[in-house]
Amino acid sequence: MEIFLQQCINGLTLGGLYALIALGYTMVYGIIQLINFAHGEFFAAGGYVGVILLAWMAAQGMTQSHPWLCMGLALLLTMIYCAMLAMAVERVAYKPLRHSSRLSVLLSALGMSIFLQNGLMLTQGVYDKAYPTEMVSGLVTFGGLQISIMQILILSTTAVLLVGLNALVFRTNVGKAMRATAQDKVMSALVGINSGRIIALTFAIGAGLAAAAGIMVGFNYGSVRYDMGFVPGIKAFAAAVLGGIGNITGAMVGGLIIGMVEVMAAAYIQGGTEYKDVFAFIILIAVLYFMPTGIMGENVDDTRV
Amino acid sequence: MTPVSRTDSARSWLMFGLGLCWLFVLLWPLLGIGADGVLSFAETFAVWGRIAAAALVCMVVWRLRRSGSLGFLDAPAGSLRDGMARVAAGVPRPVWLIALAALALSFPLYTERYAQDVAVLVLVYVCLGLGLNVVVGLCGLLDLGYIAFYGVGAYTYALLSIHYDLSFWLSLPIAACLAAVAGCIIGYPTLRMRGDYLAIVTLGFGEIVRILLNNWMSLTNGPNGLLGIKSPGIYLPSLADGFSFEHLYMRKLEYLYYVILVLAVFTVIAVRRLNFSRIGRAWEAIREDETAAEVMGVNTFLLKLLAYASGAAFGGLAGVFFAARMRFVSPESFSFMESVMVLAMVVLGGMGSIPGIILGALALIALPEAFRGFELYRMLAFGGAMTVMMLIRPAGLIPAKRMGKRGEEAE
Repeated sequence: MEIFLQQCINGLTLGGLYALIALGYTMVYGIIQLINFAHGEFFAAGGYVGVILLAWMAAQGMTQSHPWLCMGLALLLTMIYCAMLAMAVERVAYKPLRHSSRLSVLLSALGMSIFLQNGLMLTQGVYDKAYPTEMVSGLVTFGGLQISIMQILILSTTAVLLVGLNALVFRTNVGKAMRATAQDKVMSALVGINSGRIIALTFAIGAGLAAAAGIMVGFNYGSVRYDMGFVPGIKAFAAAVLGGIGNITGAMVGGLIIGMVEVMAAAYIQGGTEYKDVFAFIILIAVLYFMPTGIMGENVDDTRV
Repeated sequence: MTPVSRTDSARSWLMFGLGLCWLFVLLWPLLGIGADGVLSFAETFAVWGRIAAAALVCMVVWRLRRSGSLGFLDAPAGSLRDGMARVAAGVPRPVWLIALAALALSFPLYTERYAQDVAVLVLVYVCLGLGLNVVVGLCGLLDLGYIAFYGVGAYTYALLSIHYDLSFWLSLPIAACLAAVAGCIIGYPTLRMRGDYLAIVTLGFGEIVRILLNNWMSLTNGPNGLLGIKSPGIYLPSLADGFSFEHLYMRKLEYLYYVILVLAVFTVIAVRRLNFSRIGRAWEAIREDETAAEVMGVNTFLLKLLAYASGAAFGGLAGVFFAARMRFVSPESFSFMESVMVLAMVVLGGMGSIPGIILGALALIALPEAFRGFELYRMLAFGGAMTVMMLIRPAGLIPAKRMGKRGEEAE
């Protein structure tokens, strides 16, 4: 029982991270019907920029005196960096193709993904880059359950970001403009919404969340790699599809399900560890085949972003 | 040329400057802060300066073109192009074909091992590119897991050769059939999906095949791969036995070059015949407008499945040759990046265009060999080229003649 609860927490942590990445896919798809292949690379870039900023802070001696402040600052700066990166990619590779065929945009996105991945490799090297995980150490014991403080930190940050995004999309004017643009670009332009700016903003927000996930994955696993965006990217996409693509709540739920399934399969199915990457793909294919609108698909038309 | 207003020019220069500043901010953390956390601006400025200089040249040329200052170049360039087209049209087609065939056949006579090695690789990718072209170029289905069929072909021959000692030539049709079956298995559940869902699902299938090859130890020996695959044997009248690999070792590459040349020529002819057959026209109808094709009586589901199966079969053939050439297979050779390479060839060369894809394979395999010093930048350039190509010339280097006719008529 204790092991099961332990695995639940692991699954929740992983699922929350998938949910953060999945939101970027689902928001972009909702607004311009594009699978943003480069999204996984925003996540990887976030992981790298986070560790670079922390290294710089460590060299200034700031991490010893104010570790919490440093982590918060690194998170914020990384999110801004990736938002800028996403806006640049959107401007260069997607915006000029807004009226071309879907295949062209998809191939352009794929090209950007390869370009960014190799850009990361060339500037940062092919080897793993270690994260300063010693900044937060220690365990909390609940009954027989041991949870590391890092895990609590990741879970709470994820929760704050998810709640914040929900508030942004459903409670502010910007969020209203985003939902309006997703529903009908021409009509929303007629009432004075600058759809180009809203689309850029959607990319920026999605990439910011992915960047936060990148830093937290770095802290969770202790290192980052230039090609780490690929597999989590596909899994997060599977999560977005599972939740009903275009649906924000769906992406969160889908991410949690995929994370749980992966952790449980690795723990309880014989030989599951080797094949743990396969489960997300199988879920993706099964969902697309049997219920292409996803589990939240019934309200795909009125509440999607 | 229409006169360009001053504000338009000023605006584009402003955007250009802003873009360069933006790029600097993006580059700086990646290049400016070392692993030890020390700040340095030297490398950032070096890289950024080079990019900025190249971008400035492009920008100046573009602005000059827009303002009509380069108009004096149009006339000579146009007459040069016309002249070359007239010469090319003047020589009859068979002459071109014979010249090309003579060049291809005599290639091993005047080249060394290294050049032959590159040529073999180019021809393998020509086969793969043409196979993928059936799916992507003719039928318009984006397949990101195509390399899985290459893997199926390679492992089929590897296992048949090691366990049953089956000859290369017999394995070719078997592997092609198995790859086609794999294509149907992957195609059947996915073909009801729309374009971009299909892309991601084929990607998932490709990864599943790779993970299976990596973990199914008893069959595939996992990441260690399979050793001891036999080279293609040849029956000569004097010897009633297949050549063993030791006998052929010195001249092996020349023989293999001819084997893959035959396979590539077979693929070119087969894809060309398919393209101009009833099936090929139906595929193109599906690519241009699936609903219209279905209304006109095209059985879209069956034909899409057929496109998958035949594309996969060509990939399987190339895979058999790859296994025989390397005499070793491991899952590493069938990664997602290989799929992307093949796709990049098809896209750069021109979807649906056979000469375009041959040119694409040449460009993507032979050019990096020529610029070995820039080996590291290869994939970076591929990715960038793919995006740039979509922006400025989406139909590819040599566009297919029948691509998107409908749209042109509407203009």
